Amino acid sequence: MRVLTAILSIFLNPQFYKIALTAATPLIFASLGGVFSEITGVVNIALEGIILMGAFTSVVFTYLTGNVWFGVLMAIVSGILLALLHAWGSIKWAGNQVVLGTAIILLSQGLTGFLMEPIFGQPGQTDFVGKVDEITIPGLVNVPFLGQVIGEISPFVYIAFGCVAFGWWLIYKTKLGLRMRSVGENPEAADTLGVNVFAIRYFGVIMSGVFASLAGAYLSVGEIGQFKELMSGGRGFIGLAAMIIGKWNPVGAMLASLFFGLFGAFSNQLQSLQEITVAANVKSLFDTIPFVLTIIVVAGFVGKSRPPAADGVPYEKSE
Amino acid sequence: MKKPEMKKLLESIAVPVLAVLIALLISGFIILAIGKNPIKAYGVLLHGAFGSKQAIIDTLIKTTPLILTGLAVGFGFRAGVFNIGAEGQMAMGALIAATFASNFGGLPPAVAIPLTMLIGMGAGAGWAAIAGFLKAKTGAHEVVTTIMLNWITTYVASFMVTGPLATGYGTPKSPEIAQSAQLPILMRAGAIELSAGILISIAAAVFMYVFLNKTTTGYEIKAVGFNPYAAEYGGISVAKNVVLAMAISGALAGLAGVTELMGVHHRFLGELSGGKGFDGISIALIGQNNPIGIIFAALLIGALRTGSNEMQFMGVSKYIVIIVQGIVIFLVAADRIVKAIYARKKVKA
Amino acid sequence: MDDLRKDSRHSELEGHDNRSEYAVEMIEITKRFPGVLANDRVTLRIKKGEIHAIVGENGAGKSTLMNQLYGLYHPDSGEIRIFGQKKVFTGPRDAIKAGIGMVHQHFMLVNTLTVAENVVLGNEPVKGVNFDLRRARQEVKELSEKYGLYVDVDAKIEDIPVGMQQRVEIIKTLYRGANIIILDEPTAVLTPQEVEELFEIMRNLQKSGKTILFISHKLNEVMEISDRITVMRGGRVTAELITKETNEREIARAMVGRDVVLKLDKAPHTPKEIVFEVKDLWVKDNRHLDAVKGVSFQVRKGEIVGIAGVAGNGQTELVEAITGLRKAEKGQVLFEGIDVTNKHPRVLREMGMTHIAEDRLKHALIKQFPAYYNVILGRHYKRPFANGAFLNHQEIKRYTAELMEEFDVRPRIIEHLGGNFSGGNQQKLVVGREIKAGPKFMVVAQPTRGLDVGAIEFIHRQILRMREQDVGILLISMELEEIFSLSDRILVMYEGQIMGEVRPEETTVEEVGLMMAGKRLEEIRGGKR
Repeated sequence: MRVLTAILSIFLNPQFYKIALTAATPLIFASLGGVFSEITGVVNIALEGIILMGAFTSVVFTYLTGNVWFGVLMAIVSGILLALLHAWGSIKWAGNQVVLGTAIILLSQGLTGFLMEPIFGQPGQTDFVGKVDEITIPGLVNVPFLGQVIGEISPFVYIAFGCVAFGWWLIYKTKLGLRMRSVGENPEAADTLGVNVFAIRYFGVIMSGVFASLAGAYLSVGEIGQFKELMSGGRGFIGLAAMIIGKWNPVGAMLASLFFGLFGAFSNQLQSLQEITVAANVKSLFDTIPFVLTIIVVAGFVGKSRPPAADGVPYEKSE
Repeated sequence: MKKPEMKKLLESIAVPVLAVLIALLISGFIILAIGKNPIKAYGVLLHGAFGSKQAIIDTLIKTTPLILTGLAVGFGFRAGVFNIGAEGQMAMGALIAATFASNFGGLPPAVAIPLTMLIGMGAGAGWAAIAGFLKAKTGAHEVVTTIMLNWITTYVASFMVTGPLATGYGTPKSPEIAQSAQLPILMRAGAIELSAGILISIAAAVFMYVFLNKTTTGYEIKAVGFNPYAAEYGGISVAKNVVLAMAISGALAGLAGVTELMGVHHRFLGELSGGKGFDGISIALIGQNNPIGIIFAALLIGALRTGSNEMQFMGVSKYIVIIVQGIVIFLVAADRIVKAIYARKKVKA
Repeated sequence: MDDLRKDSRHSELEGHDNRSEYAVEMIEITKRFPGVLANDRVTLRIKKGEIHAIVGENGAGKSTLMNQLYGLYHPDSGEIRIFGQKKVFTGPRDAIKAGIGMVHQHFMLVNTLTVAENVVLGNEPVKGVNFDLRRARQEVKELSEKYGLYVDVDAKIEDIPVGMQQRVEIIKTLYRGANIIILDEPTAVLTPQEVEELFEIMRNLQKSGKTILFISHKLNEVMEISDRITVMRGGRVTAELITKETNEREIARAMVGRDVVLKLDKAPHTPKEIVFEVKDLWVKDNRHLDAVKGVSFQVRKGEIVGIAGVAGNGQTELVEAITGLRKAEKGQVLFEGIDVTNKHPRVLREMGMTHIAEDRLKHALIKQFPAYYNVILGRHYKRPFANGAFLNHQEIKRYTAELMEEFDVRPRIIEHLGGNFSGGNQQKLVVGREIKAGPKFMVVAQPTRGLDVGAIEFIHRQILRMREQDVGILLISMELEEIFSLSDRILVMYEGQIMGEVRPEETTVEEVGLMMAGKRLEEIRGGKR
């Protein structure tokens, strides 16, 4: 009984929701990136690698210049560069997009590991270099309960929601978005109407790089102010799962990310409960929950949630 | 070999060979960028891999599991599945086998060794079959599911060596496996011992070759890999073969883990294999999913891994090997890039 | 080679007067693809305001020619003039700007977008930075009304019928101000009645001053609707005819180069026991909607039952269900009296059914396998091809050589990869494989799609030979001529149901056409008093 009350008390604690939001934030970015790429028909597994590179780059440039936001900006640049590489291989050379994505993940892991010593003089992880402070919103912070959740929180959270709104508007309300959707569904039809399929796909992939790198920047300079090896921690893949649940819709992906965030926060809070008297290492098994969840989601939702028809298929002009 | 066959062979080697050369070239520039001499670095690498009897044995030791993970991933590719989960399957194989093998003291080696191998292969097969089953039943992409299973393996393994299997002090590890379950030694050089694992790896490559090219099941798996619609139409059960392919792939990865267990460490160490599962991807691609090619590709990566340890002493991180592999995978996946370069060279010649 | 030019007058002022009497001139167009000369100095002249038919077999070069007119391909040499002005098209946008619109054989529509969105895609009206959906809808509605092309502007393409989809494609061209409209095999997906409706639309467009190019291989339609005809064969123009002054025989000869045998000899119908039966079968399609709604029929040994119908009326799902590739929701499938509903294709093959699949590259052939692996697909695990778990390569190769000889597959190289054979030879491989397996019952779906007359003749002969050997055959085809010439009994399918069963000698194309359009046989015959 005590265990039950303890578990329920988690949900009454505003900290729980704040943790859920911050856990969801990188996923919101990642899943939005996935949407942008796949809606134009390019599968982008490389997100995991772009997140890692974004985390690394933002720390590097914060370290070198002392300016955190410059670090974030450079993270975006790194995201664009990696995305361009993926786009180049997938679109121009019609390579296998899944394998290419894997290559980029490896490149990212390799480069970040390789550059640790030359730049920071130590492997494994960096020291604290600086982070983006939480911002306090004057009126909001005094609102009971809600104020403790979002009254004082990293600006990245607001940026994430802003990006979702932007993404939704772009995809469903502009002519660019109409073209993006057509290219992912039937590139040949779009081509015959004079739409530039390749340019639109490049755009989609590059934007996915922008958003994924923001996810990475948040993980490092947005949360803990340092870089640790492999800190992307599978979030690129969880983001893809959120994209699938969200049916390739920015708002849907955001909601799915929030769902994952809640689950992550729950397993996190569960581990620190004293009422659950099990060994610490058993509690660490709770860390597997997000991954098990992703498997269930991906297995349960595929087929019910239909990707863009031309997703993953390189477009070849018959010329 | 006849002339046209020779030509075909050369053409099929061209892409991976060129890809590796280009990758080494680009990595050379990266080494230059951090202020080190790439020629010197590669020289050190070669020496570290082949420069002494000790080095060669060390390279062969490293190559042994790589052949198996390369076969695992390559076999998967032939069946149309991308098994990124070799890492986790390898760990599972070693973990489960270690759990049992520490109790095999009473058994003669002729029983203990095959038994331990079977347990390891079974564990890897089972772990991979989960992803295979999900793919067959629900269409869940095996890349996502196997990577998730990798992460789950990390936590489970960590749990096991800090809990039920915990032994001694320092790095979390499992108890040592029984003497009778350890593989015999083939060669020695100083403190380094090459176990019979290398023979097992090569035998596995032969098995894969025969299986894929001579058996009806091999035919079915290839058919499913090339065209699942046509396979189903031809009476082949796609679901069954996808699961089977993943299981065999996982068994090979599990075998990689268990040969490491029986031949090198003799116990399960807390962390995962250190990337050998991912190495399997580049090895399969370089080897063009062909057992012979995979043996050579494994040797290449094994040499890189061994040699890069030496390179560290001159300040070039061994992560360079991962960068090389990333570039190689990229170029093989977008092989038209290399083919375009190759075509231009042919025209010039 | 016949080269009938019955109309070769042209204006002296051509080229200087941009009010030339010709809307389109394609002069000495040559286009090469790897291994094939698709267009060989083709010259085509289309007069303003006429309906001009371009006729030829599959592979004659008509589509290639039209794709260059639409800017999708670039000619290797030659010149294109539109209304007397020389034009070079770097892409469809240029052709569209010159007033050319194209309705492709396989519709270029985005399934998940609406009719209005599809029409304006690429030329979207905007309000500030946003896409002005309201105006798009309005403009499409106006065009629809003006030209009598009824469409539902807010419906998604995947939800509307094929006839409406075609009208959307036509509106697309009109939205962009097309004066020259190319229709590529537009009647392949229509019932005879819908074809008449299309012809009505074409005449209306002609009255509005549009020029229409009509690509087809259906001679009766060409005779009915066109003003002039250009015939192509093997990449060249073999005739330019005035419709009023020619006939189907003459066109056919120019198309094929010899007199065509339009009908094969068929032995009289003496059917035996029932070999295959379907009872009240219900099957869903990929979108979980009912595609087959309670279909029942029987096939006897030694007879060919033909299922006619326009594409998309459930035939594909029916075939997939009876061959074990799709789940049957309700009903029964019986093979020699034994219930085989929802059994795996292997079980059906073991019992003696073979299947010539509709989409050979997707279903029947593995393009990465050599011919000798393709030829054993379906029986690869049985003797003599396998001994236990191992394949018997020697026997496999011997059998393949034998089959390729018997069915005249070229080139006679057993190592040749499946994907490297031409369409006709691929089909011969598939037909050979399925026939040589010695079935009791064959499902033959669209066996001659995309093939030239020679290959069609060959395959029809093989099918009739099977019939003589007491094999029961179920033929599914969208070519009415094929159905009529091969079938002993004809069933017509419409929206998942059988509208009626007739014998070819006791019915007419019109009657079958009415059934294809949804009228039941009783209604049609009951109405005639």
